[in-house]
Amino acid sequence: MAGQSGFPEILAFGPTGYGDELLFGACVSVAIAVLAYSLGLMIGIIGAMSKLYGSTLTRSIMQGYTTLVRAVPELILILILYYAGTATLNQLLESSGFEAIAINGFAAAVLVLGFVQGAYSTEVLRAAIQAIPVGQMEAARAYGMSPWLIFRRITVPSMLPYAIPGLANLWLIVTKDTALIAVVGYTELALATRQAAGNTKMYFTFFMAAGLIYLIITLVSQRGFAMLEKRVRRGQRKLA
Amino acid sequence: MNFNRRIVMAAAAIAMMAGASTSAMADIKFGVAAEPYAPYSSKDASGKWVGWEIDLMNTLCAQMNEKCELVEVAWDGIIPALTSKQIDVIWSSMSITDERKKTIDFSDMYYNTPSNLIGQKTGDTDIAPEHLKGKVVGVQVSTTHERYAQKYFAPAGAEVKTYSTQDEANNDLAAGRLDYVQADSTALDAFLKTDQGKQCCELKGTVPDDVSVLGFGVGAGVRKEDTALKDKINAAIAELAKQKKFTEITKNYPELQGILATPESN
Amino acid sequence: MSFDILKTVIKGVVVLILVAILTGLIYWLLKVSQWSWMATYYPLLIKGLWLSLLLWIFSCVLGMILAIPIGLVQVTGPPWLAALAKGYCTVIRGTPLLLQLWLIYYGLGSLFPKIAMVFPEFRQDFMWLIRLDAFWYALLAFTLSFAGYEGEIMRGAFLGVPRGELEAARAFGMSPWKVLTRVWFPRAVRLVLPTLAGEVVLQLKSTPLAMTVTVMDLAGVVRNRITQDTYIVYEPLMLLAVIYMCLTFLTVWAFSYIEKKVPQKR
Repeated sequence: MAGQSGFPEILAFGPTGYGDELLFGACVSVAIAVLAYSLGLMIGIIGAMSKLYGSTLTRSIMQGYTTLVRAVPELILILILYYAGTATLNQLLESSGFEAIAINGFAAAVLVLGFVQGAYSTEVLRAAIQAIPVGQMEAARAYGMSPWLIFRRITVPSMLPYAIPGLANLWLIVTKDTALIAVVGYTELALATRQAAGNTKMYFTFFMAAGLIYLIITLVSQRGFAMLEKRVRRGQRKLA
Repeated sequence: MNFNRRIVMAAAAIAMMAGASTSAMADIKFGVAAEPYAPYSSKDASGKWVGWEIDLMNTLCAQMNEKCELVEVAWDGIIPALTSKQIDVIWSSMSITDERKKTIDFSDMYYNTPSNLIGQKTGDTDIAPEHLKGKVVGVQVSTTHERYAQKYFAPAGAEVKTYSTQDEANNDLAAGRLDYVQADSTALDAFLKTDQGKQCCELKGTVPDDVSVLGFGVGAGVRKEDTALKDKINAAIAELAKQKKFTEITKNYPELQGILATPESN
Repeated sequence: MSFDILKTVIKGVVVLILVAILTGLIYWLLKVSQWSWMATYYPLLIKGLWLSLLLWIFSCVLGMILAIPIGLVQVTGPPWLAALAKGYCTVIRGTPLLLQLWLIYYGLGSLFPKIAMVFPEFRQDFMWLIRLDAFWYALLAFTLSFAGYEGEIMRGAFLGVPRGELEAARAFGMSPWKVLTRVWFPRAVRLVLPTLAGEVVLQLKSTPLAMTVTVMDLAGVVRNRITQDTYIVYEPLMLLAVIYMCLTFLTVWAFSYIEKKVPQKR
């Protein structure tokens, strides 16, 4: 242990400082967040389209999915899915004759968080698609565009301005939800901080440092999304 | 079209990523609680796991001629992690108890230490349950010490607070939020030797043994159906005891000498 | 075209998977799952539920009270105060609640021995502060968090009240305080009511985090007592999920009832 090192030394990189552990945990957190967010977006697009244009069966499945996932606390959901998910998956694989695979913590975290994000994205994207002026969709159909072409050329570009604020919010939520993975013992930023703080007993210092890192991630993301919104809204009237 | 191809490529990329992060059961996964538990297992400043138990694990794997992978899991979810096959062995100072034997199986014991109580310097050293009435005792969740405290101290009127890591219990004791902490004697010894521990607290005593609660020593947890793995580990432990490897490892940890009971001590 | 065939195939596969999951779930519920633990842990669960409800409702109410000045000062007040409020909201919304909770509980806890070193009388005089139950720390953390998020929302609400109404109130000679209490605040609250339902539900979903700092709320009881004593993992978690779902639906229903009662003339 590094003894009673001062504030800057303990956060340094290299073998005696915990700075590199924290940054590594931060990279893991961001990686989990990015993958889970993309997974959530994909589920969201499928969900939104099925809610709006799908058959009654798909609509009710999606409704059940979004209602259930948004009604249960993320922490509980993560606990259930993390243990039950891997257990049932392995049981299924074994009973169908395949060898059980070991899903490492990273993949499990991404799947769980992506599953949760999917429910929220569905709602955001659905509201955004519904906000597209009907006239545009009617005109597209009158032109004889195929559903895929309409999706590509009309739906996605038109709904993005409405969706971006909600999606930006979801991104912030997913970056903060990665901290919940600490409760199942996977070393991302929050757990790395706690381990470092536990080793050195400098709890206050390390939690402040971690908070700063999260804040930087958040502020950079907000800047990024503001730029994205400006680009997506080009040509449209500015918001009041 | 271009877009279709892009989607197919994206799907393939995700499938590859998923494949890359899963692996067939090649290495044996040893589950260790993701918390500092000196002197048995803790992470040093460079991020490496060190400790008596870690050294024993490496020696054991060399003896068994297997490749072992250290996987960090949350202590309070370590048994579900074992049963859901995220890890293959629990190697985290888990005591062998009949209660736990209902769900998982254990190897032979590889060390045994008594259960101690430490407390504030301002308190006295009487640790009979009646004397603890109205006091606050901190324990780590899901340990034999928690069971003991719930069985003996809680009915006598003490308040038992559970923490997810031993470290947090120690910190709250140092902060003054607890009157006592009950845990493994050597782990508490390590805490009392730190600056924080020296300042606030002292050893109060060893609790009277109760094998039904405190168990028969620490063993490796395995799934009930993994009898082959259990036999392998038992054979390796017996061999290491014969070769006096336990004494060799304990040499690096002078604070454990004389207190630790290992398979060699029989 | 081939795309349609693909669609029907995918639909069929999805339906099959869902039917399989459903039958598996029902079988598990009826045959395999154990619910005997509920009889023994019933009183603890009730106490835990009560603590969860207290944490949730009080953090919402106190947080809301705190949020009003935070939101208002960003619209009216002196620029330095507005900047302070904005900074507060940014920090709260930019860091995870779990981290804030740990900072407040363990961070402050680790400061106590350091203060005690400098001011030796600290221990005796402030024993009440040190011995404060973790519940209050959790309440503080949740209140501050709720205030941070609601402050931002209240700012939008205060900005969203039509200027004409405020000007008319001032033209009537109402004092600024009267304008605030009679016109500005009520209109802002009505604007915010739909969002408020969502925010209160989100707060409910944040309360289980208290279990990580030794609070025996509902989630704490389930994870730190029931699962540890009985080693049953999934059934208590399912019960937990169901209880939270019911609370969520109750809240949504209650808020939609209130919304119907409140006139929403545009």
